Amino acid sequence: MSTPATRTLAPRLSAALAIFVVMAAVPPLALALDDPFLMVIASRMLVFAIAALSLDLILGYGAMVSFGHAAYLGIGAYAVALGARWGVTDLLAQILLGMGMSAAFATVTGAISLRTRGVYFIMITLAFAQMAYFFFVAQSSLGGDDGVALQARSTLLGLPLEGDQTLYYTILGALVAIYAGLYRLTLSRFGRVLKGTRENALRMQAIGYRPFRYQLVAYVIAACLCSVAGVLLANLTEYVSPAYMSWHRSGELIVMLVFGGIGTLTGAVAGALVAVGLEELLAVFSEHWRLGFGLILVLVVLFSPDGLTGLMRRLGLRAPGLRNDGEGRGDD
Amino acid sequence: MTDLLEVRDLRKNFGALAVTDGVDMRVAEGELHAVIGPNGAGKTTLIAQLSGQLAPDSGRVIYAGRDITRADMAARVEAGLARSFQITALLPGMTVLENVALAVQARSGSSFRFWRDAGSEEITNAQARMALDEVGLADRAGALASALSHGEQRQLELAVALATKPRLLLLDEPLAGTGGAEAERLIALMQRLKKRLTLVLIEHDMDAVFQLADRISVLVYGRIVASGPPAAVRADPAVRAAYLGEEEGA
Amino acid sequence: MFNLFLLQLLNGAQFGILLFLVAAGLTLVFGIMDFINLAHGVLYMVGAYLMATFAGMTGSYWFGLALALPATLVFGLVLEFLVFRRLYDRSHLDQVLATFGLILMLSEGVKILWGSAPLNVDMPALLSGSVPLAGPLQYPVYRIAVIAAGLASAVGLWALINHTRAGMLLRAGASNRPMVAALGVDISRLFMLVFAGGAMLAGFAGAIVAPILSVDPGMGESILILTFVVIVIGGVGSIRGAFLAAILVGVVDTVGRTFGPIWLRMVMDPAAASQTGRMVAPMLVYLLMAAVLFWSPTGLFGRKGAK
Repeated sequence: MSTPATRTLAPRLSAALAIFVVMAAVPPLALALDDPFLMVIASRMLVFAIAALSLDLILGYGAMVSFGHAAYLGIGAYAVALGARWGVTDLLAQILLGMGMSAAFATVTGAISLRTRGVYFIMITLAFAQMAYFFFVAQSSLGGDDGVALQARSTLLGLPLEGDQTLYYTILGALVAIYAGLYRLTLSRFGRVLKGTRENALRMQAIGYRPFRYQLVAYVIAACLCSVAGVLLANLTEYVSPAYMSWHRSGELIVMLVFGGIGTLTGAVAGALVAVGLEELLAVFSEHWRLGFGLILVLVVLFSPDGLTGLMRRLGLRAPGLRNDGEGRGDD
Repeated sequence: MTDLLEVRDLRKNFGALAVTDGVDMRVAEGELHAVIGPNGAGKTTLIAQLSGQLAPDSGRVIYAGRDITRADMAARVEAGLARSFQITALLPGMTVLENVALAVQARSGSSFRFWRDAGSEEITNAQARMALDEVGLADRAGALASALSHGEQRQLELAVALATKPRLLLLDEPLAGTGGAEAERLIALMQRLKKRLTLVLIEHDMDAVFQLADRISVLVYGRIVASGPPAAVRADPAVRAAYLGEEEGA
Repeated sequence: MFNLFLLQLLNGAQFGILLFLVAAGLTLVFGIMDFINLAHGVLYMVGAYLMATFAGMTGSYWFGLALALPATLVFGLVLEFLVFRRLYDRSHLDQVLATFGLILMLSEGVKILWGSAPLNVDMPALLSGSVPLAGPLQYPVYRIAVIAAGLASAVGLWALINHTRAGMLLRAGASNRPMVAALGVDISRLFMLVFAGGAMLAGFAGAIVAPILSVDPGMGESILILTFVVIVIGGVGSIRGAFLAAILVGVVDTVGRTFGPIWLRMVMDPAAASQTGRMVAPMLVYLLMAAVLFWSPTGLFGRKGAK
């Protein structure tokens, strides 16, 4: 095959690979610099990269602007707390639990949300996420509003995830695996149908597809993958709270995605790194960092008509995955 | 000849306006049946109801002996009833080959496959290339659909419809916006297609219609005012009054 | 028991009226411009803060209200001029991002200006105290006044929309935007008017709720999401839908929280009932929304085939 689409895949993939290699070098670097905070930030970056990746599947490839994706981050985190309570401490089992819970919630809410379009879809996904938020706020046995501290981290195949390095590489491993899986998925038959639906849903019906089915399956897959990020986030902070699924978090996930460029996967990873980095950086200057973050967001959207990706392109910041090729169409 | 498509008393209103006002129509297996009529006669709305894009208010659509009035677009395509669009509706960000391959894929096996590279499916690609070959677009397989000229997009539109392996093809103004050699090529293609497919053709180009059609139905304000072989339709005084008189030679 | 129910019904109606005041402008903005504005709740919050400030400065509720309303209006117009009008032609994603950024900025700005601690506004003497309602039941005058003010606004809005030329254009625009543009109406001016009116209604809601709720930086966001639920249930662009949905959501939410556990006690033991009730009550309005959408994807009064 030598279509232009396949030819541009190589740079996208190598950019992602470069990111993974650099991130793999962080723990020894943190050790050498004796800076444990670096590890904390880098771990957060990786966890949110997983969440942003999962959102890219539906927002970037499926053109479904979900404003409630953080719900699955929270559901994954609560799977750890619930698992620990039921004596399920293995990470993989907890991931399965989180995925099961997410799949159930996403199937029901996705099926209802996908009956609508445009502003309705945005508002409804937001409202359903809020419903999940209030559900966990009302769980007084899980700490309600305040959340609950975990007794210990999960175990992986019987071994405790002790030490920040072990956990860090576990997160990195999960990120690489999910990136690889999604990369294959976007090239597969299913991925093609999803992209085709993004381009023109009527055309897809006219050649014999029922877009709803594919969009719903993509929605559920994205939910399950995001819950993996939630399981890892809970292990990272050793703490679970409804704040993980606040609608601010959902908004931040979209911001990350757009920072890096939507519909490219690599952009989602890069965007999460940049956004978490920017948050930490601004927080150093002021406790009111949200003011600056919001201002940057507004200014960039207003004065860069083709969004953040366009701005970066014009500034010559050819961030990985931002190539303006057929594969990476972000605008709808 | 048996009827492949039968339309019985089809009605569709947009508010107070009856866009389809009791249409009865029969399309025999193997014929090229042209539907002509002045602008605003409701031709595209009729196609939309035949293809399942729009639900009629009342009436029935019977295809291959089956009532498909309530079937959705995908079910009709599966049954072999495909359409092309008047306003080109391609997947602009995907290549020409991918546009056609997606249509092939819809008819060959499940699309719930998540791992294998769809671009490396030799059989799918081969069938897609055949459809491109048929419309004369094989050398543009690797280009993005958005990069095609208007005439090429019309060709691709046909290739996509053909790739669904239709038994009955609804063509909504395939010649719209084309001229000269492009139109010639598309007309020649339809000549070849009518030997193996049943075609319903909506077209403004009267020369092309009278050259291609086995039968013609004339639609005026949502009603069929005449239906028959080209010569009979041409001679029909009602048709001349309503339509041909003002637009002949267009 | 009946008295309690009546009380909660009134509280629900009062909450619903507030929701309607916030939702009215927003649903028109969605309907006419197909513009998703997450920052609308900010206007409600700003209205409340301005009310607290002006009432504190002048020492009078009424002066405060008289100053807060035009101030919110100006604030809304400035936002429209600086930000929103540049977003109308952009994708929903851009609109979401920019208005989300605006929320982050303005909420933080409010914290910087007024601090994070909740503010209080004193009730005017004229409207304090309670009146007997039925038998021994008393109801605060102020809440009755809120209901009355909200109903008056709703009636005024209804008259404006049904009996003026601008209102006719609004109705036409909400159901068919290209048509209004084709009529040669200056859409951007029409929208500015809608936006200004919407901003003032939201600010009004924030201002009159200030004496009964504490004024805090999170108030705009919590009402925004319920406003979305209202708009989705009522149908985008429909004022009538927004009104009915707002009352419905207000009553279901308020009554559900009180009576959910009580009704559940009839079918399960008290401990489980109060646990389940507390869990389900906050989700009720969302379940209501899901049910409505399942039945009709464009809400109760939305146009079919709407985007």
